[in-house]
Amino acid sequence: MRFLLALFLFAAPAWAVLPDERLADPALEARARALSKELRCVVCHNESIDDSNATLARDIRIVLRERLAAGDSDGQAKAYLVARYGDFVLLRPPVRADTYLLWFGPFALLALGGAVAFAAQRRRKPAAPAPLTPEEQARLAALLREEPK
Amino acid sequence: MRRLVFLVPLALFLGLAGWFAAALFSGRDPRELPSALIDKPAPDFDLPSLAEGRLSSQSLRGQVTVVNFFASWCAPCRVEHPILLRMARQEKIRVIGIAYKDRPEDSRRFLAELGDPFLTTGIDRDGRTGIDFGLYGVPETYVIDKQGRIRKRIVGPVTPALLDRELLPLLRALERS
Repeated sequence: MRFLLALFLFAAPAWAVLPDERLADPALEARARALSKELRCVVCHNESIDDSNATLARDIRIVLRERLAAGDSDGQAKAYLVARYGDFVLLRPPVRADTYLLWFGPFALLALGGAVAFAAQRRRKPAAPAPLTPEEQARLAALLREEPK
Repeated sequence: MRRLVFLVPLALFLGLAGWFAAALFSGRDPRELPSALIDKPAPDFDLPSLAEGRLSSQSLRGQVTVVNFFASWCAPCRVEHPILLRMARQEKIRVIGIAYKDRPEDSRRFLAELGDPFLTTGIDRDGRTGIDFGLYGVPETYVIDKQGRIRKRIVGPVTPALLDRELLPLLRALERS
């Protein structure tokens, strides 16, 4: 039992990234790994290329590493792929004028809903009654003085 | 006016439902994505050809061309093949093939068996030209105009209906321009 547990401790998680793809430079490899988690596998749609076993994902991982090894910045390497596959390859869409609705729409809706709820809440509370006029006060005093029979 | 405020959520709901219904029945496949390269110049490539010589992006200039990515290991490519033959032989369209990640001898056998619609066939052994085109998989077909710009991309096999309804009208219009 203990032996089995020890084995589990040594078990490495199954990465899609194969050893032969990895770069010798650990810093570059770390950047490549971080980037590939943000890039969509275009054949499997909801997986990153870091997770995907598709051959196209592997090819793109290799291309990505080549770009980084050639001295590209992270942004340049991403732009290289966006030029070929469009914004769709980015798992996190860019913040741009045409994506404002996507990024800020939910917050705008929340604010709108909050405003509506706040207004409704205020309307429901009855307004404070107007103070009594002198005649009403006099009548009230008279009524209170009257003894119930 | 104030009385009708209660209708606002209903109107919102109907609007939203109408919008969803329109999207649902439009027949558009949400998995189908336009190429990022539409109306942009086709990427540069220079590939060895299945026959002697090379196939380069220079050869795309001046004429309307259809570029078809295929592979002998790809089943839908077999389904599509008669359409490509019809395009080349009956419709007299310039069709260029790019064998994607395929062994040249396999590509040759594939074309010998099914017929060869391609003017030239480039060998994209490592799939880099495919990536430059933004290829998702094979088969994939690109229409390139006289200026060498990509005008249409078809993911998956070209069907007879697609050829008659969309591709041929586009190709004829591009040829006239």
